[in-house]
Amino acid sequence: MRPAKFGFGQPVRRKEDEAFLRGSGRYVADFAPQGLCHAAVLRSPHAHARFRIENAAAARGMPGVRLVLTAADVAELGFLPCTASVPDQTIAVPPYPIVANGEALHVGDCLAFVVADTLFQAQDAVEAIALDWEALPCVVDGRAALAEGAPRVATGRAGNLAYETSIGDAQATRSAFAAARHRVSLNLVNQRLVANYLDTRGVIGEYDPARDRITLTLSSQGGHAVRDMLCEPVLKIPAERMRVITPDVGGGFGTKLFPYREYALAAVAAKRLRRPVKWVAGRTEHFLGDAHGRDNFTLAELALDEEARFLALRVDTIANLGAYLSCYAPLIPYLGAGMLPGVYDIPVCHVRVRAAYTNTLPVDAYRGAGRPEAAYVIERLVDAAARDLGIAPDRLRKRNFIRPRAMPYRTATGKRYDSGEFSAHMAQAQASADWKGFNKRLARAKKAGRLRGIGLATYIEACGGNGPENAKLRLEADGGVELLIGTQSTGQGHHTAYAQLVADHLDLPPERVRVVQGDTDLIATGGGTGGSSSIPCGGASVAGAARKLAANLKTLAADALEASPADLEIAGGEVRIAGTDRSIAFAAIAKLPGADAERLTAQDVFVPPQETFPNGTHVAEVEIDPDTGAVDIISYVVVDDFGMTLNPLLLAGQVHGGSAQGIGQALMERTVYDAESGQLITASLMDYALPRAADVPAFRFETRNVRCRTNPLGVKGAGEAGAIGSCPAVMNAIADALWRAFRIRHIDMPATPERIWAAIEEGRRVHTL
Amino acid sequence: MARPSSAARTGLEKIPTPAKVTVTLHVNGVERKLTIAPWTTLLDALRLYLDLTGTKKGCDHGQCGACTVLVDGRRINSCLTLAVMKDGAQVTTIEGLAQGNALHPLQQAFIEHDAFQCGYCTPGQICSAAGLIAEGRVQTADEIRELMSGNICRCGAYPNIVAAIEAVMFGKATDRSGATGR
Repeated sequence: MRPAKFGFGQPVRRKEDEAFLRGSGRYVADFAPQGLCHAAVLRSPHAHARFRIENAAAARGMPGVRLVLTAADVAELGFLPCTASVPDQTIAVPPYPIVANGEALHVGDCLAFVVADTLFQAQDAVEAIALDWEALPCVVDGRAALAEGAPRVATGRAGNLAYETSIGDAQATRSAFAAARHRVSLNLVNQRLVANYLDTRGVIGEYDPARDRITLTLSSQGGHAVRDMLCEPVLKIPAERMRVITPDVGGGFGTKLFPYREYALAAVAAKRLRRPVKWVAGRTEHFLGDAHGRDNFTLAELALDEEARFLALRVDTIANLGAYLSCYAPLIPYLGAGMLPGVYDIPVCHVRVRAAYTNTLPVDAYRGAGRPEAAYVIERLVDAAARDLGIAPDRLRKRNFIRPRAMPYRTATGKRYDSGEFSAHMAQAQASADWKGFNKRLARAKKAGRLRGIGLATYIEACGGNGPENAKLRLEADGGVELLIGTQSTGQGHHTAYAQLVADHLDLPPERVRVVQGDTDLIATGGGTGGSSSIPCGGASVAGAARKLAANLKTLAADALEASPADLEIAGGEVRIAGTDRSIAFAAIAKLPGADAERLTAQDVFVPPQETFPNGTHVAEVEIDPDTGAVDIISYVVVDDFGMTLNPLLLAGQVHGGSAQGIGQALMERTVYDAESGQLITASLMDYALPRAADVPAFRFETRNVRCRTNPLGVKGAGEAGAIGSCPAVMNAIADALWRAFRIRHIDMPATPERIWAAIEEGRRVHTL
Repeated sequence: MARPSSAARTGLEKIPTPAKVTVTLHVNGVERKLTIAPWTTLLDALRLYLDLTGTKKGCDHGQCGACTVLVDGRRINSCLTLAVMKDGAQVTTIEGLAQGNALHPLQQAFIEHDAFQCGYCTPGQICSAAGLIAEGRVQTADEIRELMSGNICRCGAYPNIVAAIEAVMFGKATDRSGATGR
């Protein structure tokens, strides 16, 4: 078939854009059904404390207050589920109650849910609830939580260790290290992050007594999973009793995948009050009520032979999971551990992971979920090795890359890479970044009194394996098609991307493809959007369904045109006999006598056999002002292997966005808990810095694709890659600048001006001693 | 959050009900009269009382810029502005930029340059860019980046946002979106 004008590979502009640009996007906060009540949450001001609510009755009597839900009022509810497991581990999942019952485990822990006629009345009632507190010792740092004599995070638990596991061969790794010529080690912190989508989470609960059915309108990354995790485990109702609608979503980044307490409480309140109940998080409430991301402490060690070939990798990580086990939390450090060998041929490795409870917000998936942590460890470690051994970092990488002819390659952690040409994309990225010309630029910067550095990261990650995903395509009476799919766009441009995949088989322009997401009543099943799977998995299903529908339409048209289906072609919304002007329009096919619902509908389910492995090189070049410690990213090059490019515009958007978030982590984002009190110090955008326009460089983004061998579209997932390659690239560049000037070997993220300035002052002091 | 007093904390004193005030705003060219509590922000007035939900609440503290609107042609954070302060003013929101079917040049440029993803910050970005252009101070892309720094885009579409604004201001943008190669 000839390439469709709006098909695979084309830079199609987004068909969903105009509504957003006119201000007619509709997010949860924009809905106000008749008779709406408003909810506010009473949150714990203590990191760890026993409490007793003294006067819920007084709050109940306040003006406009309709309902106050404390733990005693929702005793029938089950706990929030933790659905992830870690292989070979039996984790005793501690209770994660919808409302804390007598013991608060982190600042922000939910103590009561108040519903009133207006938001102000609900907030006033929250403030009027008096509590009797008994503060208990707390611990907020993962390492401290596992130390001898650490305070217990929760009184009922055996200890603060959620689980301990390991991957690889400890004995062989020990032997390799003992025999190695060189051993390099590095301590790394991957700091805790807060997602900070601008559209904070919200929910509207509604109840239909006639059908005994709850409708939740909420901001999610897929309503089916939220429904299934709320209904049976928490509300103890069958899934059929709930409809979850997800309208426009202003960013998710992984953190909107999970069921949250307020969703269950809105459902309960709506049912008890027989009125719609709305709760929307304020910005500070987002910091106090949503799952956080990352938070690892790692010791990484590399063993090398006399020719600087990697012999073994040893990693020891403590992952801080927070006070409760959130939905997928336990799996994330394990996923990361599996990707630690990166793009390198490392014969043996051993990774130990200890997951700790602390009196902090639970941690869960945030853009990359484990893979950014892994890439940061291995890519910083390889740069440290290059520095310690006096070898250029690119040369050391090249010497140790897995060769293309070794594909498929099984890593020492058990991952099976299908494809990848690492040396080639590194070379392309270096050429684009004019790596060779760096010394000249360095000399100029020196003259100007500035520290200049260049760094790269060659990342690989594992994604696109979430599924299966069902795509259902139906020809409509007007000759357009409707696609029903259970993924959930949170800004990626699914409507356009899926329309392109449909266009390949049905040659329809994007506006004739109506994509329906976000309603569990309309869409039978859904895996949601996470793990960069919506195109590798969902897209493969869409393409499969489009191929089947095209065949159906040809069969129907063959009868009408009295031709063989083999002689027919599809173009411009009609089926025609190839090389003739005899054709029948899709709209006419829909009205044919044989055109029953079955023939006008096609479904496909793609089950990913394994993850896809996108990989690439990020090159960052920075300048540091030694007097202030401020970092300026001068240039930024990304060369990625995404297998195949469905839409270069949407792809660039994903890479820009992921990289911007990684740059945010590298330079400024930081979640600070006070070690003594357990208070969250950074709970607003005045304390937690997000990257702004002036902080994000112009990206030079290129693709150097190697078709994925395990995906029917040949694609590799692209949503998270930017956040994975960027942290190590930026930090390697900063370390390069600081090493050249002051022999500073490492600095932790975020490399804030204050931290860099202090390191420079220390470097100056040591130099002059 | 705007509060009349801390009296509510004790639950003992009665909060005096503040008098409502009448405010006249000319919103997107239409005169709108509102009788509202005096502490109502311009953002809440638009969203809750005039049903103009295109203007977004991202932080309610003037830190994110999602609530940016034009008041008498100048860009402001509507969450940090009380509606009563703007009695009689001309207010332009995202809903008022297009002329019927014809999009504002910035709106068109945002499509051409793929200058957003989730769309939540977009109304604020566009109103802010319209204000920036009206200020007439900007000469370079770097100045655009600096002077658009009040508007956070968590999806990280900044390079394309800057390109879209450049295109409107200078007639062309440096193509940085890339996506080349095999």
